Amino acid sequence: MSSLDLWSMAFVFLLAAFVGFQVIQNVSRLLHTPLMSLTNAISAIAVVGSIVIAGEQKSVLTTVLGAVAVAASMTNIVSGFLITDRMLKMFKERGPKS
Amino acid sequence: MSSHLTEASYLLAAALFILSLRWLNHPRTARRGVAAGVGGMSLAIIGTLMHPEIVSYQWIIIALVVGTLIGVPLSWVPLTAVPQRTALSHAFGGVAAGLVGTAKYLLWLDDGGLTTFRTAAIAIEIILGYLTFTGSLMAAAKLQEVIPTRPITYRGQNFVNLTLLAIAILASVFLIANPEAWYLFPVIVVLSLVFGVLLILPIGGADMPTVISLLNSYAGLSAVAMGFVLENKLLITAGALDGASGFILSVIMCKAMNRSFTNVLFGAFGQVQAGQAAVEARTVKSGTPDDAAELLQNANSVVIVPGYGLAVAQAQHRVREIYDQLTKRGVTVRFAIHPVAGRMPGHMNVLLAEAEVPYEALVEMDDINPELPQTDVVLVVGANDVVNPAARHDKNSPIYGMPIIEADRARFVIANKRSMNPGFAGIDNELYYADNTLMVFGDAKAVLGEIAKAITGVKV
Repeated sequence: MSSLDLWSMAFVFLLAAFVGFQVIQNVSRLLHTPLMSLTNAISAIAVVGSIVIAGEQKSVLTTVLGAVAVAASMTNIVSGFLITDRMLKMFKERGPKS
Repeated sequence: MSSHLTEASYLLAAALFILSLRWLNHPRTARRGVAAGVGGMSLAIIGTLMHPEIVSYQWIIIALVVGTLIGVPLSWVPLTAVPQRTALSHAFGGVAAGLVGTAKYLLWLDDGGLTTFRTAAIAIEIILGYLTFTGSLMAAAKLQEVIPTRPITYRGQNFVNLTLLAIAILASVFLIANPEAWYLFPVIVVLSLVFGVLLILPIGGADMPTVISLLNSYAGLSAVAMGFVLENKLLITAGALDGASGFILSVIMCKAMNRSFTNVLFGAFGQVQAGQAAVEARTVKSGTPDDAAELLQNANSVVIVPGYGLAVAQAQHRVREIYDQLTKRGVTVRFAIHPVAGRMPGHMNVLLAEAEVPYEALVEMDDINPELPQTDVVLVVGANDVVNPAARHDKNSPIYGMPIIEADRARFVIANKRSMNPGFAGIDNELYYADNTLMVFGDAKAVLGEIAKAITGVKV
């Protein structure tokens, strides 16, 4: 890898961290539990790295490690998005006064 | 060509992930956020499946199916169990990072691809990944009460923990200097796994909101490290968002307890202060649910302070009945939410939303405190330390300086507890002995049910 890649990755990290701080500071405090399950599902994007390792099949051991990582990440993706949506559905505004 | 498609899908996914979090700024747009997240994730996965180096899809498909089969039931847990589920998912995130780091090390060891930079990134990835894995499993076990929630401490604990971590870091430095020294690799893995367990042993239940947030941050950072290992900018972006979120939540939790990170991690809390509590036997005024109902329905404004006890007793629906009955009679009812109430950030909001309390009635500590002196009745359900006035004036109290919901400033206080045992932090709460406080003893669900029934029985 060239040193250029290292620095461009460092830039991406820096900018994403700043964006993250800004965006998350504006998240409603009501929604901190769904926030955690949502970011959890999003960071399970690790699945893309695991997929390549499980799919390139360079050795039995690395294929197994990759496949377990895919399963673990997929668990987070599926349960994370589903439970976030389930929780958010419950947040209701005050209905018309009866 | 296909690599351009993959990169384009990653770029779009990154944008969708940022929007997804942005839309969480209001409950009205929040569900759109989930849709954006799902869209971004699907794009990224499809883009990855087009990757030219993938020679076989068999294991990928099996793993995706297995993950889905575990993930779907995990999303059905009762909302009181959401903290455990969250801890468990941090563990999954951590182990995925650890395993990918291990696989990449083995692959590069084989083909001579281990540069200094790659080895360093892998070392960070596996330390963070594996310690998040076991640490989060421990946190989940404590929350599920598979293991005792009380802090487990022993002499020299911090010394042992820090020494372990130092050895792991030292071994990593040697590994980075000699990437071929493979025998160091399992040493680092085992030390990180053990460190994760030991780090959580001294953590008590009341500190869980901070610790879960911190583990969230570690899980995010391990994904960032994985991004550096795999040279994947989408992973770096998503990991940074997750890491930032966990970090911000940890800071909020620490501030809400007036403690520092080091104090939460290394200063085991919650050991009962014997001697201090037993000095004087003070009397409390205790009443029946009927007495409480009478106070409540004659009030103009009522503030309900929920705590972890509400979750334990599954009393959120009963409290909603009281809310309904009082609102129907023209009483203004609001809920005061302390940031660390419950076992994870936002725990109480989710439980009350489940019971269909409208979210406008959920008010944060800083917004409700100025109004408490004009409030007629504060009803404390399953909360303890967060309403303890000692935090304001008793310099010897372990919770001194912690921001509290100033329930004692209201005209009357009704507090429900199972018994007079001190709360989690083992600190006596003088609020219970105050002249304007009425204690109603019993299980929160039963007591609140009776109060609601008593109010219903009275004609409007």
